[in-house]
Amino acid sequence: MIPLAMLAGNRGLQSALAPAGVDAARIGRLWDIFLVVTAVVYVLVLLALAAALLRRPTVGEGEGGVTRGVSIATGLTVVTLFALLVASIFATRGIADQPRRGIDLVVTGKQWWWQVEYADPDPSKRMSSANELTIPVGVPVNIRLRSSDVIHSFWVPNLNGKMDLIPGHENNIVLEATRTGLYRGQCAEFCGQQHAKMGLWVNVLSRADYAKWSAAQHQPSKIPSTPQQRKGQEVFLNSPCPLCHSIQGTDASGKTGPDLTHLASRRSIAAATLPNRRGYLAGWILDPQHIKPGSQMPPMVLEKGELEPLLAYLESLQ
Amino acid sequence: MSVRRTAVFTALLLLVLSACEREERRFREMPSAAARRNTQRLVSLVPGPYTADIRVKNPYERNAWAISEGKRLFTWYNCVGCHANGGGGMGPPLMDERWIYGSDPENIFATIVEGRPNGMPSFRGKIPEYQVWQLVAFVQSLSGNVPKDAANGRPDDMQVHKQEQSVPDLKPEREPARHP
Repeated sequence: MIPLAMLAGNRGLQSALAPAGVDAARIGRLWDIFLVVTAVVYVLVLLALAAALLRRPTVGEGEGGVTRGVSIATGLTVVTLFALLVASIFATRGIADQPRRGIDLVVTGKQWWWQVEYADPDPSKRMSSANELTIPVGVPVNIRLRSSDVIHSFWVPNLNGKMDLIPGHENNIVLEATRTGLYRGQCAEFCGQQHAKMGLWVNVLSRADYAKWSAAQHQPSKIPSTPQQRKGQEVFLNSPCPLCHSIQGTDASGKTGPDLTHLASRRSIAAATLPNRRGYLAGWILDPQHIKPGSQMPPMVLEKGELEPLLAYLESLQ
Repeated sequence: MSVRRTAVFTALLLLVLSACEREERRFREMPSAAARRNTQRLVSLVPGPYTADIRVKNPYERNAWAISEGKRLFTWYNCVGCHANGGGGMGPPLMDERWIYGSDPENIFATIVEGRPNGMPSFRGKIPEYQVWQLVAFVQSLSGNVPKDAANGRPDDMQVHKQEQSVPDLKPEREPARHP
């Protein structure tokens, strides 16, 4: 019981027992009901067992008493199971009945990162990010889930249950957060070598903060302001980087890797594998196969004196 | 009996080992300097005594994993944009036996890295070298110039010839006109 209590008290970043969303709360309530009912059943069974062990057998007891006992136990079991079934149906129905309005997002699972696109009928309001969802509190966020290679599964335990991303088939999940904060998600379907390092962050902001964030993200990338950053941009554009990565406002328009327009505003790199700090970024650029063996990012061979400007430029992409 | 069994077993083990190269997958690809010396001569004339061309071997042409990586990169780097899936379009087809600039791995490498007149862009500095070799292996495989056991199976796109086990195409050329 102690680990269970610890789990229950955990207000963790990645915990289904600390719900921060409408659907996660439904799942949490269902969990509570199951926990209480099964605990009561467990105690009753143990008490019955103890009573049976301690009771002195009476001579000449007929079949009638045993039959009655078994009938009562069976009846109680059926009623309990039925009650749990009903609770389960109500919870899953609640999760399935979702308002399909609010913010539209497309999340595409890739080996091994998440592409996040903010859909909008107005093309100028679309934007692309990676491995990080930023959503406002109290607004249903309708996420269309796609996959470009194998089956992945989208799971942010604090906000909702799991939903698979299947190649060639679009799934839906709705996140409606009830409190602001930072939550971690994880791919929940084995998808290859770096499945374990396929995480994402969900940043739930107040509506005002979200509007501010959204406005900043819709800007093209920052124009490099120092000579070092300008050199860095030149290095970026003349290296293999732009064949896979985009930076809005430059000629870099590759689509196979994460969009880097606002790279510096993100919390992590390599799908929540490393904090987004200069040293880690340098390591990731020079030797990604050491950090995530098998990932699609090839190691970069840079000339002497190119790395520092490149990092300065990437760090300026707020 | 026991000796014979041991001999058969050893032979089987050796057979298993012989196929290793086909499946080998390296996370750290070869250092890029290794293949850089292999630049192609454009003419066969050389000053001084005759020096033989150094034959370049594509390190990946026997490796199934590298060829399938090449296939993926062929789409990612938009080679398909001009060459389609080997059938050609704006660019020449790659699955026939006609090679404008040579069919050797070093020729294909040079074509990708240096570019060619009339449209083929130069990918110099744009694609890591080991990926160029993977692309070369895939391009070789399009026309059947890699060992069969290493070539990609079941290409979804065009094929040079029909697969041996494929069902004959019984569908009529044109849908018969329907009469109500």
